[in-house]
Amino acid sequence: MNTTNMLFIDILLVTSLLSLAWATLTATDARRSVILFIAFGLVLTLAWARLLAPDVALAEAAIGAGLSGALLLAAVQHRPHRAVSAERLNSGMLDNEKQNNSNRPDLKSSVAIRWSITLFCIVLAFILIWALLLALSSETSETLAQSVSANLANSGVSNPVTAVLLNFRAYDTLLELAVLLTAVLGIFALSEERTGYLPAGPVFNGLVSWLVPALILMAGYLLWVGAHAPGGAFQAGATLAAAGVVLRLAGKRIIGLPQGSALLMNMILLSGVGLFLLVGLTMLVLGRPFLGYPPAMAGYLILLIETAAMISIAATLILAFLGGRPQNRQDESC
Amino acid sequence: MINIIASLLMLGGLIFFLCGSIGLLRLPDLYSRLHALTKADNLGLGLLLTGLALYQQDLLFALKLVLIWLAVLAASSASAYLIAQHARRQETGQ
Repeated sequence: MNTTNMLFIDILLVTSLLSLAWATLTATDARRSVILFIAFGLVLTLAWARLLAPDVALAEAAIGAGLSGALLLAAVQHRPHRAVSAERLNSGMLDNEKQNNSNRPDLKSSVAIRWSITLFCIVLAFILIWALLLALSSETSETLAQSVSANLANSGVSNPVTAVLLNFRAYDTLLELAVLLTAVLGIFALSEERTGYLPAGPVFNGLVSWLVPALILMAGYLLWVGAHAPGGAFQAGATLAAAGVVLRLAGKRIIGLPQGSALLMNMILLSGVGLFLLVGLTMLVLGRPFLGYPPAMAGYLILLIETAAMISIAATLILAFLGGRPQNRQDESC
Repeated sequence: MINIIASLLMLGGLIFFLCGSIGLLRLPDLYSRLHALTKADNLGLGLLLTGLALYQQDLLFALKLVLIWLAVLAASSASAYLIAQHARRQETGQ
């Protein structure tokens, strides 16, 4: 396709991204704001695809638009005192119709917070642009991308993104998994599982009956294909978690998490970080650097770590959607 | 020749999408808006993907497009039903 057409598509993408972002921030209703944010994520997915970054596009679609959207919607649905605040806002608008809303103290402080966040984001954006320009103008002899492709043969996989995430910079990914584990601990500490999902009717059940198997199949495919094409543990874990979220929305009790065994649940949550650390320490014992896999074994080790990571990530995301440790109740049997 | 047919099919699909979007913006209530949207999802996407499959002339590619179409068909009709059911329940106060 010629460059004018692509320029047209690029301008369309950037304009819709910016206007969706603006609409998300200025929406008065939280639910509307969340739905606009999901639309923003979908357009962002297209933008990543346009930038020839299918790995990021997949992650954005699965985690950014899909699961974050579900989490935010659940948060809006279950936030406390929703009716009270809406009523207060309405009466406030009626009472002082001519008075500016920003005169009310709670709105005033939220406006101040918004502006300071905006200022922070603008500064951050300028730093990023400066860093990008610096990286583009500097003429180093070897870029990171070049050294990755030079060493790709020793990484055990042929997808450069997986090679960086699970081999060259495996340390970063280990810490990311540790962050997810910490998030689950926070969720457990804060609240109980949210309940109150009605059993699904026949139409939704029909959808669930083929969608859930398809999602599980797709998660397995994404995990496997990550070795040589876009995919990997994070995308696969998010897809697997989506199956759990769909099951919970359909009012099912059994959503793929272990029933009634806290030990098993903890093991599943720990397996990602645990196996990663175990592999890393084994390398130390064998006299290699921490997480420095031998090239002959690297492919198998990466698949092993990614499988455990996928299961941990999926369980973490499902628990984030549930909002707390699942309770073991016998009275419900669906 | 095949390219012309493909372009015509894609153009037809785009017209359905355009009508769906106009319907979403202009129609008065939720049920008729859903009606307009599902037409765009089902027929519009079907025509668009048929056009793309003809354009590419690759069996595996066409098969993937058919899978996408079937998944969107099932998901969009089920979600349209769920939205309508929710709205109906709220109206009747159940």
